[in-house]
Amino acid sequence: MDKLLTIMEANARLSLEEMAAMLGEAPEAVAKRIDEYAKDGVIRGTRTLINWEKVGGNGVQALIDVRVSPKKGHGFDEIAEMISMLDEVDGVMLMSGGYDLSVSISGATFQDVAMFVSRRLSPLDDVLSTATHFVLRTYKKDGALYGFENKDERESATL
Amino acid sequence: MDYEKLISPGAAQMRPSGIRKFFDIAAERKDCITLGVGEPDFKTPWSIREAGIKSLERGRTFYTSNSGLLELREEIAKYLNRRFNLHYSPKTEMLVTVGGSEAIDACIRALVSPGDEVLIPEPSFVCYHPITTLVGGTPVPIPLKNENAFRLTAEELKAAITPRTKLLIFPFPCNPTGAVMRQQHLEEIAEVLRGTNITVLSDEIYAELTYGNTPHVSIASLPGMAERTVVVNGFSKSHAMTGWRLGYACGPAPLIAAMTKIHQAAIMCAPTTSQYAAIVAMRDCDDEVVAMRDEYNMRRRFMMKRFEEMQLPCFEPEGAFYVFPDIRGCGLSSEDFCTTLLNESNVAVVPGNAFGDSGEGFVRISYAYSLQHLAEATKRIEQFLKKRRNA
Repeated sequence: MDKLLTIMEANARLSLEEMAAMLGEAPEAVAKRIDEYAKDGVIRGTRTLINWEKVGGNGVQALIDVRVSPKKGHGFDEIAEMISMLDEVDGVMLMSGGYDLSVSISGATFQDVAMFVSRRLSPLDDVLSTATHFVLRTYKKDGALYGFENKDERESATL
Repeated sequence: MDYEKLISPGAAQMRPSGIRKFFDIAAERKDCITLGVGEPDFKTPWSIREAGIKSLERGRTFYTSNSGLLELREEIAKYLNRRFNLHYSPKTEMLVTVGGSEAIDACIRALVSPGDEVLIPEPSFVCYHPITTLVGGTPVPIPLKNENAFRLTAEELKAAITPRTKLLIFPFPCNPTGAVMRQQHLEEIAEVLRGTNITVLSDEIYAELTYGNTPHVSIASLPGMAERTVVVNGFSKSHAMTGWRLGYACGPAPLIAAMTKIHQAAIMCAPTTSQYAAIVAMRDCDDEVVAMRDEYNMRRRFMMKRFEEMQLPCFEPEGAFYVFPDIRGCGLSSEDFCTTLLNESNVAVVPGNAFGDSGEGFVRISYAYSLQHLAEATKRIEQFLKKRRNA
């Protein structure tokens, strides 16, 4: 696994020069690889992790367990891609276990989410059932802590 | 009562650590960030913690033998063989101690009598000097030089040896400089020592943290050196186990026997829970050690890059998790630099002279911190330097 990707995943704001230094490589070589990863679709975007709760703009998030009937020849891809195209949807994953797709969505109110499920998701032909779980509180997301800090508990000792 | 008079001269003469006051100030300040801590920021790998927990669940809450669990000593022997080509008998040439610190203490106590000289390459870890004075020995600092990448040279060693020289402290990879002695450097030192009665206390606590193509080489692995060397190592730095307080000493059986007598009287045995946990550390955790080393190495390179950008000269450290930049260009002493940096920019670093007079003109910066923390701290240092240069 290319360490460059691990570094970028953990830290989007490092400069090209800094990343190159950390890897012990030339900036040109690193720039070339980043270009290639972008071109090949390995790098899907760069975002900032925001704890919306802190600025009062959180809205409502939900995880929906969806059971679907797979299509001959397409399996789950067709329905999964169709759900992915809906603007309200943040994430779609095919799961092992008791249901097929895990769909994450966010809306301004509970009502928004409920409307989405009843009017857009459930009526889709291949959707057999849905079970909606509202997020009550986020403690950790995308590797970042939300709502509490990881304190450095090291005390000073003679060195 | 006049307590001053009650304190023994040996204890009274122990040099206090010059580091604390910076941390005490830093701890009280809001928004102050420190680069001072000398321990890993990683938590102990989970499998090691689990082994400790399991030992408690099974009720293993008794003393172990004074030398430590035989199973642990056997694992240490295998590990030292596998990693550093060292060969020690778990039964007669090994003592499990309360951290590397106790091993250092026991070694100096076992060997040094009043009047004996102890050679201490400096800048180095702060404990060698006070323990030497406590037992009445005479610390003889050997100032290491920036231009030699803070390595000990054969000439420096030869010049410091007298008929009273008893012990050479050999602290590599080095805290605070990050200096590493490679094979060829060790050969030169060994050549000076062979045929003398000088014992080497090789403090290899940072042995797993060397960066570059070749792993750490122990001076004890050179021909004719095992018989005159006590190797001190431990779990704190390599396996992020500082709070478990566990280390060990390996060396010639008669020396280890003498150290074990001291250990029996003073300590009894190292913590049992920690010993059970450490068996897993020795047996199963090479991958975790590599992962931590890789992470430190990236941070080390990041710091060197940032220093280059802010034109702060710093020799490239090859080991430990410290950088030791040269701040003489700022026109401040080490202490003044640290005080001013703390007051003006809210960053705490450690003055180099806390590790011996020859550290004057340098500061020690630890990179045992997250990258975000290092990025913020180096940004503040850069602004601080800019302001001083423009003033």
